[in-house]
Amino acid sequence: MVGSNRVVQGKGIVYPLGDAEISKEDEKELRRSIVQDALDALTTEVEDQQ
Amino acid sequence: MRVVHYLNQFFGGVGGEEFASTGISSQEGAIGPGRLLQKLLGEESEVVTTVICGDNYAAENLDEITEYVVNAVKAAKADLFVAGPCFEAGRYGVAAGAVCAAVSAQLNIPVVTGMAEENPGVDLFRQEIYIIDSGANVGAMSEVLGSMAVILNKLNNDEEMGSPEEEGYIPQGIVRDAILEENAATRILNMIIAKTKGEDYKSELTQTAFEPVPAPPAVKDLTNATIAVVTDGGLVPKGNPDNMPPIAAEIWGSYDIASLDDLEEGDYEVQHRGYDNRHVLNDPDRLVPVDILRELEKAGKIGKVYKEFLSTSGLANPIANSRRLGQEMAKKLKDAGVDAVILTST
Repeated sequence: MVGSNRVVQGKGIVYPLGDAEISKEDEKELRRSIVQDALDALTTEVEDQQ
Repeated sequence: MRVVHYLNQFFGGVGGEEFASTGISSQEGAIGPGRLLQKLLGEESEVVTTVICGDNYAAENLDEITEYVVNAVKAAKADLFVAGPCFEAGRYGVAAGAVCAAVSAQLNIPVVTGMAEENPGVDLFRQEIYIIDSGANVGAMSEVLGSMAVILNKLNNDEEMGSPEEEGYIPQGIVRDAILEENAATRILNMIIAKTKGEDYKSELTQTAFEPVPAPPAVKDLTNATIAVVTDGGLVPKGNPDNMPPIAAEIWGSYDIASLDDLEEGDYEVQHRGYDNRHVLNDPDRLVPVDILRELEKAGKIGKVYKEFLSTSGLANPIANSRRLGQEMAKKLKDAGVDAVILTST
């Protein structure tokens, strides 16, 4: 991924943070979890760049 | 032929890194690599002026040195202009590329320089000028100058330029028609057979090369950190106040979210023609997660959500342009004391 190592997988191409197919509550929980993954990536040192 | 040659302080004989702040000046005649260049260009050519500038001075005063060089070339009534070669020296490469591009554009005479492929000057100027691939080894000086002399003579005589491989210059991204003996089906089968056998083959598609970007250090303490959101998904407030174009955007915008706990449907639009944006319009938090970040901020898990989100349209954008947009955004956020960014992409 072009030297970018703190990459977190989102939902898909048309929007990364949510899921239009599930309930609003579940969707918010999913978004919370992806944002948390992003924050975890930010606090993790990257040593070996791929 | 009258030639003007640009050198940095090192090759110009002024001195090493401790002289990198030396200002720009010119001298009559050839200096250092210019002497060899003059020989390689042939008897009818003479380096009449050598312009020398320290690398730091050049990097910090690029507009000024460009103007100086254009005027020096004009004053010398030069027919040809050469800079470098610069090998891996980054500041030198950027300066050499800039002065070559300016002389070529403003005076319309043949120009050439040389650099290693990794030199930052390559990406900036390879489309505008011929840059001989010098490699990193300064020991190849005479060979590199030889290739530069060939290019200059060809340009000067209006001879047809060969391919990058034949002439040794860095590809300019130009696609040329050519007639081949074998059709595409045969060529592709030959390629896959060679690949299967572990033999050499050459793809007809050139891949874009990205320079590696070192990963910044981790955020030590999120509870004290200011976090910003940047997106290339083209989210802008309703009415598109900055006239963000939906494709190949040359601008980015920053939009106030300081008083918002949630991005509401109807307040935003998407300027990006590369994806089905209905789901983002229905709930913009799916692209710019203000709701969750605000929640984390209130819970004390992160220090602060930056008061604006930054947005552009990341569609069909040339790398050079995207890089500039990224650098401008990074500068703004750094100046504002932002510690980390969540970049969301569609």
